[in-house]
Amino acid sequence: MIGSEIATVAGLAPIAGVPGAFLGAFGDAIQFILQPQEARSGGVEVGGPAQVLELTADHLELTLLALAMSVAIGLPAGLLLGHRGTGELLAVGIGNAGRAIPELALIAFMAAAIGTGVLNVTIALAVLGIPPILTNTFVAMRQVDRPTVDAARGIGMTELQVIGKIELPMAVPTIMSGVRTATVNIVATATIAPLAGVLTLGDLILSRNVYGDAGVLAGAILVALLALALDSLLAAGQRRMTSRGLRLARQAT
Amino acid sequence: MTTKPRLRALLALFGVLVLTLGLAACGSDDSDDETGDGNGGSASAEAIVASPDNEDVSLTIGSKNFTEQIVLGEIYAQALSAAGYDVETDLNLGSEQIALQALENGAVDAYPEYTSTALTSFFELPAQDVPKDVDQAYEDTRAQLADLGLTAFAPTPFTSANAVGLLRETAEEYDLETISDLEGVSEELTLNGSPECRQRVDCLLGLQRDYGLEFAEFNPVDIGLRYQVLDNGTADLSILFTTDAQLAGGESEYVLLEDDQEVFPPGNVMMIASEESVEQAGPDFKSTVELVQGDLTEEVMQELNARVDVDQQTPAQTAREYLEESGYIE
Repeated sequence: MIGSEIATVAGLAPIAGVPGAFLGAFGDAIQFILQPQEARSGGVEVGGPAQVLELTADHLELTLLALAMSVAIGLPAGLLLGHRGTGELLAVGIGNAGRAIPELALIAFMAAAIGTGVLNVTIALAVLGIPPILTNTFVAMRQVDRPTVDAARGIGMTELQVIGKIELPMAVPTIMSGVRTATVNIVATATIAPLAGVLTLGDLILSRNVYGDAGVLAGAILVALLALALDSLLAAGQRRMTSRGLRLARQAT
Repeated sequence: MTTKPRLRALLALFGVLVLTLGLAACGSDDSDDETGDGNGGSASAEAIVASPDNEDVSLTIGSKNFTEQIVLGEIYAQALSAAGYDVETDLNLGSEQIALQALENGAVDAYPEYTSTALTSFFELPAQDVPKDVDQAYEDTRAQLADLGLTAFAPTPFTSANAVGLLRETAEEYDLETISDLEGVSEELTLNGSPECRQRVDCLLGLQRDYGLEFAEFNPVDIGLRYQVLDNGTADLSILFTTDAQLAGGESEYVLLEDDQEVFPPGNVMMIASEESVEQAGPDFKSTVELVQGDLTEEVMQELNARVDVDQQTPAQTAREYLEESGYIE
């Protein structure tokens, strides 16, 4: 594209070729998003805003489903274990093991074991989303200021009230950090969902022979943007949910 | 008394070493042939004769990263070794793009490639324009490879193409032999294929346009799961390959539907080598390769793939069996 043309005109092919080629590839990817074009394998039009938007929406939908499942399982478990102070080995161990899981192998294994389709892929992605949420929630609850919790019990709060009114609000920053990690993990891994029956932006990357290098790069860019967008949204949510007192305390230190 | 624990530890270590060596020796025994009784190769085929001219020539044979490719690489490598060449293998390179790079920068001297893959992946020919005639496809590929400084040897008898496959019982239930037989029936059936298949005219789009078929559902799945989805009922139809191991033997539980409208392009294998390697190696390079591939029909390839994927033999072992049973190697 434009970059490669500049490089050719300048006659500095070998040296300027690399950044020129990069700019060219990036330009091709942007064009792929903005304009439908013939598939590399021929015979059908691919790309363009309509198709890209549809795939992005599918990707987002799958991510949110898996995230909801992860939070629904990881958050209560972390709250309970963290409040009681038991199961540290389990909670932290799961978090560490979760980081080591190879995503492609997990999706392939689960597709073979529990089948393909939206529900099954959601479960597979939730397996990746639960560890950071569980671990962060547990650790956050353990790190809540002990004297404050004792004082709450002292004035007669029930255990549930302690969790809900004291511990949880103070644990919000670390918990949200876990949720954000889980979200990015899930967005990234949803890229390979087409291998297990669910179409997402990953199709652009997996089906290189159809979409071409422009499509592959476009897919990668869009997944990255989606991850960034969700992370920013959650970060803003985190700021709103953190109590003023905590925010001020953090600024003071 | 402190010497006793140390002595015991040393004895234990010695014992482990002996055991390991013993297991390694056992492991290299030839395993019995379990599937079928030979591959139908003609035992009166020409045996390869080692020529002293070839001893100074060293060749590195490569292959792509799946069973059929690795078996082929082994067959060619062992055959060339029998012809007197000093052969090394660099199999399991990766996808076709990676293999081509290895060939172009001299890491390997040759590797087996499919005509359809070369045309669509290297030369960016749209899938619908790939010639359905085997000889035409080979000619077009050979000519374009020559422009890259690569030589293509003669194509194999077998062609590895996509095909619509299903369980034998399903085929019998709906009385299906060709893809055209699916007319009127396909609306009730679910088809699974690779993510790419969904938008290719030599796959789902071809089935929809050229055969006029509509399916109840198309689900993208990893090609590694193409048989699993038939087994567990997720799909009624699946895109399979004509030389798959699971199809081996006369009474396989899976059948392929005949592609009567020729939607799926043929992919015969041809050894591609750099022109320099071909010059340096002399005439035995080409003639040996073209000799030993003479018995590679679809049925034979299915059988060889089965010996690796189903019987868990090594590709090297399987290649040796093919060469011996066909009479190319004593």
